[in-house]
Amino acid sequence: MELFLQQTVNAFALGGTYALLALGLAVVFSIMGLINFAHGELMTIAGYVLMYCGLAGISFVFAVPLALLASTFAAVLMERVAFRPVRNSSGATMLVTSFAVAMILQVLFQNLISVRSQPVLLPEALSGSIMIGGLVIGVNKLVAIISTVIMLIFLDRFLSKQKYGIAMRAAAEDFAVARLMGIRANTVIAGAFAISGLLAGVAAILWVSQRASVDPLMGFTPVLKAFIAAILGGLGSLRGAVAGGFLLGFIEIYLAAFLPPALQEFRDPIGLGLVVLVLLMRPNGLLPAASLKAEKV
Amino acid sequence: MVQPLLQVRSLDVRYGAVQAVDGINFEVEQGEIIALLGANGAGKSSTLNAIAGLVPTFGGEVQFDGQNITNLRPEMLPGLGITLSPEGRRVFGTLSVAENLQMGAFGMKDPHEIAAAWDRVYTLFPILAERRDQFAGTLSGGQQQMLAVGRALMSNPKMLLLDEPSLGLAPKIIEQIFELITTLNQQGVTILVVEQNVSMALEVANRAYVLANGRIATSGAAKDLAASTNLQNAYLGGA
Repeated sequence: MELFLQQTVNAFALGGTYALLALGLAVVFSIMGLINFAHGELMTIAGYVLMYCGLAGISFVFAVPLALLASTFAAVLMERVAFRPVRNSSGATMLVTSFAVAMILQVLFQNLISVRSQPVLLPEALSGSIMIGGLVIGVNKLVAIISTVIMLIFLDRFLSKQKYGIAMRAAAEDFAVARLMGIRANTVIAGAFAISGLLAGVAAILWVSQRASVDPLMGFTPVLKAFIAAILGGLGSLRGAVAGGFLLGFIEIYLAAFLPPALQEFRDPIGLGLVVLVLLMRPNGLLPAASLKAEKV
Repeated sequence: MVQPLLQVRSLDVRYGAVQAVDGINFEVEQGEIIALLGANGAGKSSTLNAIAGLVPTFGGEVQFDGQNITNLRPEMLPGLGITLSPEGRRVFGTLSVAENLQMGAFGMKDPHEIAAAWDRVYTLFPILAERRDQFAGTLSGGQQQMLAVGRALMSNPKMLLLDEPSLGLAPKIIEQIFELITTLNQQGVTILVVEQNVSMALEVANRAYVLANGRIATSGAAKDLAASTNLQNAYLGGA
């Protein structure tokens, strides 16, 4: 029982990180129909900012906002430079563009920083642990869960109460009609990228705080997982992305913890098998988007 | 001579090789109700969408209120005083009624003007005030049409473009919609309405243009067109 609870905490921490990443993918996809595989490189950028801040002796308290600022800015820049020229192209064109952006950034990281994994200086407190009701919980896990909850509440408030948040939901449902209301396409899309960059930055900090290192390909695996999570939840649906992220986190952690040792090497195929099973039962995902039909302009 | 509020000159709309609108000319004077009629595929919606900037024009010019709005981005139009209520209503189903209306007023800054717009729309459509917190997707077809028109009115437009407002509605509701068009016109809104319901449209309109194959086949005062017996057979596909 204790092991189960312990692993549940781990699952919430990992699932939360997947949820933030999947949300970032979903926000952009819901607005412009782009699956941004370069989302992972936004994480890597935030990771490198943390690393350089550590090297420069800048306190972690200041490094975190700097990292978030960097990934947010990079996301907006990415849209402006790479995705705006292909905005009205097919989904395939945009997807390939995002792969190109990802690869260019990876090569830049490898050549300008290092091919190898670099250590990131983290505050001592993050690697400690605290006792809650007989459970030993890592501070970094706790921070991950709390940060995820804060981000989800923040995003939910923004999308339900703020004029620009409501405009983003309107644009996600029917982009052309949102424009007829006077909602500027460029503003909404830049806003979606800024939010996705912010989410990638938070996820990067949580990811790095579990590993204390950053490498040029750091973003690839988590974003692939987030992509699976977004599909699992229903591509383009924000609530679905969160649900899918948590479900994938739970599947991975529980399989790692409770699968017999002989089967451990089949952990990933079994996990993805479960994902396929869910999709067979719910082909549009757990919580499908309201308007897959709506035309993206 | 006073310049017409909306002036369309040699408008040309193409989808690839398909010529949807083939060099049409028409104008709408301030304060008029103009009906754009024609069979399916005659180019009526393409004309409205081109005016609103939703589809690019291949050639020609659109003037609104003395400004050239040809190929202007759709988000610029509400600020100039012209809005489109699109075909099929297209309310934001996952937003509440009030959020839909709030989006209609998106570009407005003056809080007094915004408050006046809410008053006007809730007075015109008490049902929308009643259902303000409901998801728009749960409204009936007629209520969704009212919401679509209300949303387009929130920016306080001089001119309203209505694309098939009677589509798929019950006869009783259609009557209400056409009454509404007259009411709005009396409030000073100039209206260009695309319709398949020819008899109703000709009843409320001052003038009408009949499109066939992307060209204006005939035009004139609504009552003359209503009296002409061969209008239906010639251009509107029998019925």
